[in-house]
Amino acid sequence: MNKHTKFGFYIFFIPVFLWLFLLIVLPHIELLFMSLKYENDMGEMVWSLQNYKEFFSEEIYWLTFLRVALYAILVTFLTFVVTFPIAFYITKVVSPKYKGFLIILLLMPFWVSELVRVYGWMILLRESGVINYFLVSLHILDKPIEMLYNDVSMIMGLVYTSMLFMVVPLISSLDGMDDSYIEAAHDLGASKFIIFFKIVIPYTAPGIVSGSIVVFMLTLGNYLTPNLMGGKNSLWFTEQIYNQFIASFNWNQGAAFGFLLLLLSSLIIWIGLKLTKQNLAKALS
Amino acid sequence: MNHSLEIKELKKSFQDFKAVDGVDFYVEEGKFFSILGPSGCGKTTLLRMIAGFLEPTSGSIKIRGDEMIGISPNKRPVNLVFQNLALFPMMDVGENIAFGLKRQNCSKSEIEEKVKNILEKVHLGGYERKNVSDLSGGQKQRVAIARSLVLEPSILLLDEPLGALDLKLREQMKIELKKLQHEFGTTFIYITHDQSEALVMSDKVAVMNNGKFEQIDTPENLYANPKTSFVASFVGETNIFEARLNEDRKSVLTKEGMNFKVFLVDEKIQTFCKLFIRPEAVVLLVDDGMEDMNYFDLTIKTILFDGSNTKVLANVDKSDHEIMVSLPQNRRFAHIKEGEVVRAGVHVSDCKCYE
Amino acid sequence: MIRSLPKSKGYDISFIIYMVLFYTFLFAPLVVTCVLAFNDSEFPTLPWNGFSLDWFFSNTNDRVGIFNDSSNLTSIWISIKTAFFVSIFSLTLGTMGAFLFEQENFKFKQGFYFLALTPLVIPGVILGISLLLSTNTAGTYMENTFGIDVEFFRPSFWLVVIGQFAFISTFVLLVVSARLKKFDKSLEEAALNLGATRFEVIRLITLPYLKPALIGAGAVAFLMSFENFNTTLFLIGSDTTLPINLYLQVRDGSTPIINAISFLLIVSTSLMAIINLIFTKKEQ
Ligand SMILES: Nc1ncnc2c1ncn2[C@@H]1O[C@H](COP(=O)(O)OP(=O)(O)OP(=O)(O)O)[C@@H](O)[C@H]1O
Ligand SMILES: [Mg+2]
Repeated sequence: MNKHTKFGFYIFFIPVFLWLFLLIVLPHIELLFMSLKYENDMGEMVWSLQNYKEFFSEEIYWLTFLRVALYAILVTFLTFVVTFPIAFYITKVVSPKYKGFLIILLLMPFWVSELVRVYGWMILLRESGVINYFLVSLHILDKPIEMLYNDVSMIMGLVYTSMLFMVVPLISSLDGMDDSYIEAAHDLGASKFIIFFKIVIPYTAPGIVSGSIVVFMLTLGNYLTPNLMGGKNSLWFTEQIYNQFIASFNWNQGAAFGFLLLLLSSLIIWIGLKLTKQNLAKALS
Repeated sequence: MNHSLEIKELKKSFQDFKAVDGVDFYVEEGKFFSILGPSGCGKTTLLRMIAGFLEPTSGSIKIRGDEMIGISPNKRPVNLVFQNLALFPMMDVGENIAFGLKRQNCSKSEIEEKVKNILEKVHLGGYERKNVSDLSGGQKQRVAIARSLVLEPSILLLDEPLGALDLKLREQMKIELKKLQHEFGTTFIYITHDQSEALVMSDKVAVMNNGKFEQIDTPENLYANPKTSFVASFVGETNIFEARLNEDRKSVLTKEGMNFKVFLVDEKIQTFCKLFIRPEAVVLLVDDGMEDMNYFDLTIKTILFDGSNTKVLANVDKSDHEIMVSLPQNRRFAHIKEGEVVRAGVHVSDCKCYE
Repeated sequence: MIRSLPKSKGYDISFIIYMVLFYTFLFAPLVVTCVLAFNDSEFPTLPWNGFSLDWFFSNTNDRVGIFNDSSNLTSIWISIKTAFFVSIFSLTLGTMGAFLFEQENFKFKQGFYFLALTPLVIPGVILGISLLLSTNTAGTYMENTFGIDVEFFRPSFWLVVIGQFAFISTFVLLVVSARLKKFDKSLEEAALNLGATRFEVIRLITLPYLKPALIGAGAVAFLMSFENFNTTLFLIGSDTTLPINLYLQVRDGSTPIINAISFLLIVSTSLMAIINLIFTKKEQ
């Protein structure tokens, strides 16, 4: 029996180990090494922090970086604000008859590719788009205006794309919350406001944290939505990375950017977990 | 002669904790053997070692004379009925029962035949294609037992199989199980913490405590002549007095100040001891004057009516000590009311003293 | 506030208004996309010029329907192939991982588990460039030292499969683990006790028990792979997957053929979602 167990263990362990080592650990070490190499004037590759210096000395780089970080936090917050009432309504208010149907309806759009969703928004919002068509035909506008390609449309697009990853954990943690907590608080004379902030929010905190982590991470790493919906000057940091890799073919600089983005996302997630006293394994499963 | 199961000096430790601490016993072919003990005393651990899911720290397990240590569970001629039954939810009743037969590469027709027969024997004829989850508790029970019995094991191990059933069904299954065992003639090793299950069904019962066997005996003997104070208190109801032994070693003085003539089970007792008296050993409304009786007054406090099992709670003599006494439901005792004082007596042989 | 407590009219009505607005917001882009796939127009916009299936079937000089557009058809086929391999591989590895982390005990288990979850918080773009960099290094090394050119060390179909597999495995692992956690170990023991070998136990008991989770995880893996953009972007060779191909078309000005493709995607993914849902419902 013991021999069997050992044998079985290695059958499982070796592939998993290879996966983690070859496809996760090693590539990221390589990313770090590449970011620390720089081609000097002689055309030789040398170890250097030059790629990082570049980042801090060029305003456009670190400004983009900062802006993306702030926007990602904003998007995470907005996503929470938009989806919380929905999750609450579906789990606690609406008659249970409709609950299943509303949830399915809620999840349906997210099975469809992000690109299709973004495309839908583009044909709605752009100057020749559907909304403009209606506004002009109803004489609300004299001539079409460009509603796409600005920060507002981009943020809306990002919120739209991320909603699923917030609403699912919210629904499951609200579902797990017994109605009697709210009833008891109500019975003890608490106002809606107090119930919300003292009972509901603390109870659903784990769901909020795990939703926020995923939304934040996906927003930070998003490429499509900012690229297609954002304006010329709402450059996303992933686009900077792409430019370094594909346009300038400066892989070392790109690696440095990538590594910085990785650091940023890990850092903010870590702070988020610390502040709410959660741990990663629990928050993600 | 080969016993069905023979266990010697079996031990199992988890880190420092001795879950099974040196158990010795044998079970004769075709007997119903129960292991009775409180929760956590190591019953499941012992059973899992016999089935092969746990490796003993030391000791030997022989089935029909063959050593089992080192043999994997799927090769042992024992089958286990799990505490939670463990019926496979992805298979129907027939497939569940056929599972073990298929592993033995029986022919299709043979399997069909055997499944049909065994189902009839457990009164579930024609249930082959039923879904496991559609069965009632008692039916699941019988499927689980049939699934093991169909393999004709040397020994069938049962780990509190009635634990999940409600009281009524449990009473019914007790009788059913006993009948099944008779019919099949398979050796049953039955684990329980319910003394009535053990006493009703078994040919022999082992009482287990803290990883050790305290006594192995027939149910009658276990009840009538418990060897240790643990057995005396665990098997059946009993009244306990703290007492100290008098010089003559034939009587004791209880904490309440009463003198009892007693029977010493434990010859080693120095001074302090415990006196055990079964509720039904106390005879109410007796005539004084017999040599080998102890007499005392009982002040009836409460009558606990429970049909044929009715008891009274009463104070002994003038003390606060409460004891339980059986109250047979016949006319002779019908007039006994709460608050009354009644003369009572108990035979010396029923006053057992333990360490 | 909730079902069982008294509510004011205003509270109820504002909730309902919000719900309607939200669901409109949710479905507007998809509905508009689908509707405009059938508009008899050169551009994916209003006015409505009448119903037409041109963007599906036509094959003239100025209108090529999706079923005659070889570039898009090829990219769909490539995406299906990619998704097929990715789901097979990640289903296998993710299940192994679930067994490893749920049923085995070993040194540094927590550390390995943490590592296995990290793909969830690594942005896809980063994973893409890291794999690009390291395979490039490995490829160069192989070529310089041994003079062999290993295909999947260069951006190519197989590199895309590997890149997607690297993070989709984690999702499979989570889904399968969740079900394995609820698995009653005594079922395995019962099977062993009835004479099954370890291999038979896995084949006859554990895998059938995991089936719904495996189907669900497989569907999720397939969809994630089919739709992946961020990681794929950096690893792609000449075999363009559908999302990349669509992206290039959307970026460079769009025709209703994109609506037609989107319509097909929406319909097929919804179908898949519904089938998956029915499956999980039935298992419960
Ligand atoms: N794997 C283990 N590791 C450590 N201790 C264990 C392990 N398995 C059992 N024990 C301990 O061994 C003791 C006996 O356990 P066992 O399951 O045999 O009890 P039991 O008599 O079957 O009880 P119950 O009637 O409640 O089923 C318990 O105290 C338990 O905590
Ligand atoms: Mg037990």
